Order: sequence, then C-alpha cells, then structure tokens
Amino acid sequence: MRDKRMSLDDVVGELRSGMTIGLGGWGSRRKPMAFVRAILRSDLKDLTVVTYGGPDLGLLCSAGKVKKAYYGFVSLDSAPFYDPWFAKARTGGEIVAREMDEGMVKCGLEAAAARLPFLPIRAGLGSAVVDFWEGELKTVTSPYPGPAGTETLIAMPALNLDAAFVHLNIGDKHGNAGYQGVDPYFDDLYCMAAERRYLSVEKIVETEQLVKEIPLQQLLLNRMVVDGVVEAPNGAHFTLAGDSYGRDEKFQRHYVESAKDPESWKAFVDRFLSGSEDDYQAEVRKFAQEQA
Amino acid sequence: MTTTDTVTRAEYCAIACAEIFSGAGEIMASPMATLPLIGARLARLTTEPDLLITDGEALILADTPAIGAKGAIEGWMPFRKVFDVVASGRRHVVMGANQIDRHGNQNLSAFGPLQKPTRQMFGVRGAPGNTINHATSYWVGKHSPRVFVERVDVVSGVGYDKVDPDNPAFRFLHIARVVTNLGVFDFGGPGHTFRALTLHPGVAPETVAENTSFEVAGLDEAGVTREPTAEELRLIREVIDPKGLRDREVAL
Repeated sequence: MRDKRMSLDDVVGELRSGMTIGLGGWGSRRKPMAFVRAILRSDLKDLTVVTYGGPDLGLLCSAGKVKKAYYGFVSLDSAPFYDPWFAKARTGGEIVAREMDEGMVKCGLEAAAARLPFLPIRAGLGSAVVDFWEGELKTVTSPYPGPAGTETLIAMPALNLDAAFVHLNIGDKHGNAGYQGVDPYFDDLYCMAAERRYLSVEKIVETEQLVKEIPLQQLLLNRMVVDGVVEAPNGAHFTLAGDSYGRDEKFQRHYVESAKDPESWKAFVDRFLSGSEDDYQAEVRKFAQEQA
Repeated sequence: MTTTDTVTRAEYCAIACAEIFSGAGEIMASPMATLPLIGARLARLTTEPDLLITDGEALILADTPAIGAKGAIEGWMPFRKVFDVVASGRRHVVMGANQIDRHGNQNLSAFGPLQKPTRQMFGVRGAPGNTINHATSYWVGKHSPRVFVERVDVVSGVGYDKVDPDNPAFRFLHIARVVTNLGVFDFGGPGHTFRALTLHPGVAPETVAENTSFEVAGLDEAGVTREPTAEELRLIREVIDPKGLRDREVAL
C-alpha cells in the first residue's frame, strides 16, 4: 500500500492559482489551519473557496487569496463572532459571494460525491440566496405531481472541488483516518467531492493501532478518498479539535484584535505567519505563556 | 412564597418563549439565544415533556439542566443530522434577527448590497432552510425601528410575501411567533402581516408603535401577557437560570 506521507509545502506545491478548494471543519471547529497557513506562505492566488467558514476563510482573505467564496455562513463561534478579514473583503467588494443555506453546502457536496450535476432541495426558495448566485442557481420541477400539485425546487449544483483539505485526529500513512469527539462535520464529503484530497492529522499511527483506538463508526476516511497525509500536531490551532484540544479562545481574540489596523496586523503576521509551521507553533506556545 | 408582583420583564419574556412551543409535541426545539433557551426548557419541564433539546453542539439531552450545565444524554445530533431533521420538518427553531419586516422576512446575513455590504454579519446560515421547512419563531431582545424595518436588506429567513401559491414546495412555511422585550406577536394580521397578540405589563401600545417602522395590526386590541404561575417562576429562578443570565438579554 502506498505511503502517502507528505510535508505541508509538498502539498502546496501540487496546487495552482485559480483552483476551487474545499476546506473541511465548521466555523472555528477542526479547521485545516496548518494547510491554510501553508497556502498563506505560497504565491497561490485567485482561489475559489467552498466552506462552512471560520478563520480559515478569514486568513485567506487577509492575504488577498480569495476570488470567490461558496459558504453557508462565516463565524468564529465565540465573541465577536464575525470574522474581521472576511468582513473586510466583503465590505471592500473584493470577493464574489455565493452565499447559501447551510444545508445547500451539504447537498452540493453530496451531488459532487455522487457525480450528479445537481440535487433538488427546498432550502433557498424565496430567499436572497437566489440573488446572491446571480443566475448560477436554477430550479427544477418534479416530474411527479403530488397531491398538493407539482413542486419546483432549488437544483443545487454539484460543488466539484479541485482539492479538499481536512484535519482529523488520527490516521495512518495510507489515508485511513478518524475523528475523535462529538462531530465528524462534513470532512468525508469534501474528500469525496474533490479531485485531490489532502488530510492532516494530529498523529499518524500504524493501521492496526488506528482501528484499535477508535470505534468503527469514527473511521470517517478510507484510502480511496485521500491522496496525501501530513502529520500536523496542533494543526487545527486556533480552532478546536474534538477530544484532542479545545479552541484557543485567547489566541482567536488576539487574531481578531490584530486585524483592526494595519500596524497590529503586520505585527501578527511578522510574529506568527512569516515562518514555518514549527515557527508558528513555537510562537503560539510562547503566546500562551505570556497570557497565563 | 413566590409572589407575582415582582415578576421581571425577562420573566414575562421567558414564559412567552415557552409558549412558542405549546402543542409542539415530539419535535426538536432549537432555541438560538438565552431567552428562547430558557423558554424551551421551561416548556419541557411543564407542558411539553416530549420536546427534544440538545446541548447546542451534538448531544441530545435526556435531562433538562440549567443553562450551561451538563446533563444526562439520550442521543446524538451532529450538524449533518440536524440538516436531516430540518428537511423532515420535525423542528421548531427560534432564531435571532438583525432585521424583520411586516411580512416576516428576516435578515441575519449583512446590511447593504449583496456583493458589497456595508456591514457583514453571519451570512444566511440555516435561515432559508429553516423557514421553508418547519416552524420558525424569532426572539428580539431590544424591539426597535432598526430591527422592525419596512424592508430587510438581505432575505435570510423567508417571509409570507415570498410564498409562490402555485408551488407546493412552499407549503411548510410557518412563522409562529415573534417575542420581544415589549410583547408577543405573530403574522396573523391582514395578508399575513405582523400583529400584536399581547404586550408585557407596563408596555404601552404607543411604545410599540414608536419602536416599529410599520403599522402593527391589532395593537390597540392586544391584551396583556399573562402572569407566570408560581411553578414557572420557581423553575426559571431556581432550576433553569439561577444565575439570572436572562436579564442581560432583555432591554428595558
């Protein structure tokens, strides 16, 4: 079986500007932040991003890497809730927004996973979602009239991805992986909807240990849906990661505060985002000590 | 002995939020703020024992604990399963709102033009799917003309004037209640417009009119929000919200 271990920078080397990428997790929960930081270090640009957005989308916006965004919401999940960099990109008119109902994101990923051009869904009808999509979103009429008449529904198009990035708690070097905690989110769907699938995990273990350590139902990914595996301990920081760790609320607040003016943001970038992932993790540890 | 002459505005809001779920039966109650959360738990401890409630993350609670407290669980409800429940219709959500208009259109997404807003909030979240699929109510802690507007900037939650009567896909839309710090409302006015049901004790119809950008149906006929029972007051004060978090969310 193939050994799929890669470095963060190997993964970014396989990407191209203009790609459509999906980012797993949810809001400020188990986001593939180490991958996001690796993209920030690269010269990739003009990305189309599909996500249940959090600080992942915010950081990509801070570096002007996003051309278009498909999302159900963008939230930091704790005060002040609204991501400051996403807000700046939106109020500056810098990104094309394909805002949609949260359920439509799941539906679009499921369509892509099943290689279907669309799936019907009720959510979206009557709302501004149709206007956000500027003609890209169509309806479909049922061929089966019901007792109440014939239904016309949203035809949610497949959210086909060039690449997907997800972070899980534990995996092997072949791409089998599982989550530990209360929620898988939608990480399997992102992988099934994508051409290239990149997984980071808190720890890489032997397959035998993986299947012993977690229940079968938590083995979310198999080898067929993963192309590259990166061992990235604390790789979801500053978002939470199930049983591995909670959200770093102090650091997330520092991220928000730093976004307020160019000088404080430059200081944030210089300190946390100008070196390697190891440099980032070392500075994060120092930050936690300073704040203790 | 608990006396009702000391009932606070937040306590009237709590029982009004509980009544949102009257007759709901065995469905998932999804309150999205403190007052509706108190209301849902109060309903479950009094007249609606079959309601399903969660910890706000992924666990279905067997117990009805105080706000923020843990309790025994009875099941699993991760986000992906929530969307299955939404589509099934077996849910009543109580959302917040940055704006609501007289036909029940709601906005929690952003202010200003869609592609270049003046202020960014959450995006539409689950509001389009909630409103088109199952009972939806709203909670507004500070009733003001900035919230109750002529026209919302972004339609996140679908209102009655967006319903296509020829398309049965809209047949599950039902906006049950709007509870605010001033009173209890629904969309039972002429042509499904915003209507006053009761005003909380001490609230004058003029106050509601001044704080709403459009005419409120039935405002002069609206009664007064009922008194909580002694048992309801005990449950609110001692069991569900002993720390008094309710007072932080209700403007006076």
